[in-house]
Amino acid sequence: MDLRALGESLVAMLENVGIPHGWVLLINWILGAVILLGVALLLAIFLIWFERKIAGRVQDRLGPNRVGPYGLIQPFADALKLLTKEDITPDKADRITYNLAPIIAVFHIIMLFAVIPFADKVVGANINVGILYLMAFGALGAMAMLMAGWASRNKYALLGGFRVVAQLLSYEIPVGLAMLTVVLMRGSMNLNAIAQGQGGLFGLGWYVWILPAVFIMYFVAALAEGERAPFDLLEAESEIVAGYNIEYSAMKFAWFYLAFFLNTWVLSAVAVTLFFGGWQGPFAAQIPALGVVYFFIKVFIMFFVFAWVRATFPRLRIDQMMSFCWKVLVPMGLALFLAVAIILKLGLPSAVTYALLFVVNIVILVVTLKLLGNYTRDLPKNKNKRLFAPELPRL
Amino acid sequence: MLVQQYGLIGVFAVIAFIFPIVTLAFTWLLRPKRPNPLKNSTYECGIETVGDAWVQFRAQYYLFALIFVIFDIEAIFLFPFAVAFNKIGLFALVEAIIFVFILVVGLIYAWKKDALEWQ
Repeated sequence: MDLRALGESLVAMLENVGIPHGWVLLINWILGAVILLGVALLLAIFLIWFERKIAGRVQDRLGPNRVGPYGLIQPFADALKLLTKEDITPDKADRITYNLAPIIAVFHIIMLFAVIPFADKVVGANINVGILYLMAFGALGAMAMLMAGWASRNKYALLGGFRVVAQLLSYEIPVGLAMLTVVLMRGSMNLNAIAQGQGGLFGLGWYVWILPAVFIMYFVAALAEGERAPFDLLEAESEIVAGYNIEYSAMKFAWFYLAFFLNTWVLSAVAVTLFFGGWQGPFAAQIPALGVVYFFIKVFIMFFVFAWVRATFPRLRIDQMMSFCWKVLVPMGLALFLAVAIILKLGLPSAVTYALLFVVNIVILVVTLKLLGNYTRDLPKNKNKRLFAPELPRL
Repeated sequence: MLVQQYGLIGVFAVIAFIFPIVTLAFTWLLRPKRPNPLKNSTYECGIETVGDAWVQFRAQYYLFALIFVIFDIEAIFLFPFAVAFNKIGLFALVEAIIFVFILVVGLIYAWKKDALEWQ
């Protein structure tokens, strides 16, 4: 069962009926888009249940268990409730920006689904700039949250919005550098090609074995990009109530909620595609349907780790978080990129190259953490550094 | 072939943008609409708000955004280099190293100037 062939046979069928080629293409695109949208929405509903269940178990609770078997229908019930809730727009809010923000939040996250390879060539749009597309649309998320925070006209929401910009923009650099190193390994920005390049028996060709430090960097930065604990400062309940979405209610709030869960899922899917072979697995090249199964299993394991981290770790302080990004992750990313580039140019046999890459990865990880780790701590020598000293009132 | 792929993205963009709008319009039909002045006031944290929220904000955020722009553009410049890496010679590698080195100097400068300190 080849999903691509299914689409092609559909095109042939419609053309035989006598519909012009252009219209057939358009129908095909609309069908593909609707399927992707459906997958995204179903995933979101399932992920909410999944994460609540994990968080419940980690914290020695049961999690949702009332509506349906194992509480599976709970997210549907929540969605239904949110659909019928009264929608309040504060009088002071900037109406256009306020209403546009949740729409853009959903738009950007659903657009990311277009380039994720679910199996060999089973991908919405198999474009050759997949990674750039991910980075470009991923950056729109920060935009939507800043719009929400600013338009709410509320100090906590505005503070949340500003934190979004500071955090998401900063952590986009390590994510970009990790992607860059993988692109360097594969020589292609096409996500399907990157997954294809990680063949080999029992997942030995996965880039996580060759570039472990790059994966760790990506994972930590993805935690921040996904606004998850320990980096969820932009919606820190104990500090700024709920961050950028305080003033949102009903369906508009639901859109932010959905975008949050899908964002984590997309980050896990990208992690799986870049480092864990994507849809690779036994016989996946012959039977694409099997590739879909492998892909979803891997992504859900990855998502489980994200949810596990979220349920386990306490929140960091914002200054620790920012200095960790700029003083540890960014120098480490640059060092890894240069090291990988130099080793690949040495022209050694591939087995030696891979072994060398692994060793260098570990060395760079340990050295940067040892050398630079101290700068993110609260040591006396790091204190009393203020670029913008506040003007104290003179008495 | 390539046009087909981008065609899907175009159609998908339209659908992905219209879908939340349609849903919001749909809920507008379903939901109760009973506004009152108290309900429509800013919630903030539950207490009556003091002053306007749109005040001058600290320049720290602006500094981080500036450094971000530099490094993001750097990444964009390095992506073509990474894709063409197998086809280009040693010269391009040396160029890339110099390019990254200049950026590292910039990062060290920002660090020494304490632009990376969150206050």
